[in-house]
Amino acid sequence: MLELIVISTLNGVLFGMLLFLLSSGLTVIFSMMGVLNFAHASFYMLGAFFGYQLTRWIGFWPALVIAPLLVGAIGMAVERYGLRNTHKHGHVAELLLTFGLAFAIEEIVSMIWGKSPMDYRVPQALDFSAFTIFSTNYPAYKMFMLAVSVLIFIALLIVLKRTRVGLIVQAALTHPSMVAHLGHNVGRVFMLVFGVGCALAGVAGVIAGPALVTQSDMAGLLGPILFVVIVFGGLGSLPGAFIASLVIGLVQTFAVALNGSLASLFGPLDPSFNATVLADIWNVTIAQIAPILPYVLLVLILIFRPMGLMGARET
Amino acid sequence: MLEVKDLHAYYGKSHILQGVDMHIEAGEVVSLLGRNGVGRSTTVKAIMGEVPPQGTIRFKGKDIAGLPSYAIARLGLGYVPEHRDIFPGLTVRQNLLLGVKNTRRPGKWRMEDMLDMFPNLAARADTPAGVLSGGEKQMLTTCRTLMGDPELIMIDEPTEGLAPLIVQQVGDLIAHIAKAGLAILLVEQKLSIALRISHRVYIMGHGRIVFEGTPDQLKANEAVRKEWLEV
Repeated sequence: MLELIVISTLNGVLFGMLLFLLSSGLTVIFSMMGVLNFAHASFYMLGAFFGYQLTRWIGFWPALVIAPLLVGAIGMAVERYGLRNTHKHGHVAELLLTFGLAFAIEEIVSMIWGKSPMDYRVPQALDFSAFTIFSTNYPAYKMFMLAVSVLIFIALLIVLKRTRVGLIVQAALTHPSMVAHLGHNVGRVFMLVFGVGCALAGVAGVIAGPALVTQSDMAGLLGPILFVVIVFGGLGSLPGAFIASLVIGLVQTFAVALNGSLASLFGPLDPSFNATVLADIWNVTIAQIAPILPYVLLVLILIFRPMGLMGARET
Repeated sequence: MLEVKDLHAYYGKSHILQGVDMHIEAGEVVSLLGRNGVGRSTTVKAIMGEVPPQGTIRFKGKDIAGLPSYAIARLGLGYVPEHRDIFPGLTVRQNLLLGVKNTRRPGKWRMEDMLDMFPNLAARADTPAGVLSGGEKQMLTTCRTLMGDPELIMIDEPTEGLAPLIVQQVGDLIAHIAKAGLAILLVEQKLSIALRISHRVYIMGHGRIVFEGTPDQLKANEAVRKEWLEV
């Protein structure tokens, strides 16, 4: 049991940090521009595929740097030539643009790389087990993923809290037009933030690609969870996104690992109920309902705390 | 310095500004008066590019109609909006820092001077600005705009909702700015401050200028006051 708790906590925190790499960008973009970027998970997928391709050509380490830069550049181009022109037609148009973009990216990726999983492997330098707890070998690559996520988290915090650009970004989160009246080019700040947000998603893709599955449906699989995270944490709140990422990461991991059901908790049901719906509910395991747990959380939070954990405005 | 000719502006389909003509010379203090909803704030917003303007707006001889706000601000036109948009999560000091446009070339208003002028702000320099009182927020937004070294500053309804004692302080601050040689466009509803510090006043009604003159001329003209200002 202890082993299960330790391993699941590690995995949960790791998944949570990956989610945070994505949700931090998404939530900052939302509070600045008021647009939910439906294509955000697609930039994560682009990161994974670019990472895979570049790893084959020039190796994993250069790919780790170049792929996110490429994704960031594509993000900036989308903001500059897409969203900025759509902006005057209102948020619905912007939303539709990112919506369409998500499908376009998925189709383009499957045209180039096909629909089957890529052979994106953990680099040899990290292909060993970091330590053994109880009887489980914990892979070094997972520790590496954790380290990269934590490093980026710290770097982001320093830039945001300690630099002038960070101040401008923080101010523009709530009062973009006032920031412009003070003589700061908010449009350029938006483009930069969009680019950095996409690049972060790209980093997540590059490092998650070998550990998870690099496939053209990976964006569609992760996207909905991402929206749960930022609504749960409170739209526009970075601390909220951080906590929500960890909570969702842990909930997902623990739920999959646990095999408990009402039957195992309270003992088997009286045989006379065997044919009823109650029996199904009684015997379903937590692992079986794991996939719907984040969405149940989403519904609960929208009912009881519509602004999310730490959000300032209602969703 | 600022020249506005035949300025029109719309909110959706409603025609808010219907041909505003006004001008402000360097170092001049001008008040824009009028009742609520006659388009005073919209005039200032149109000049700053926040509401799309139609017509001519020249600042220091350059046509600025249609330029983005940040470019207008960089030309030396400062704007203090009516809702005192401080950045609530940032400290007082950080708010002031964001007023600076060019960190390499210090302007004539220094952070230390600002804090000396307002001991209340100095005492809270490192607390989040969201906790300030209304009067302190007004001082902070005005000082923040001054940090950007404007040549003309437009201040929209600085005394709205403030206690009489604080109104007096805001008046002193504006007089102080005027003494430093800045041109000021003051949008106000209260006559007291406007008449005390202005060189010239405009009165707006129904989206255009209906009176222009000195404070003394306005004091003497009861008919204008009755028709356009008094409730």
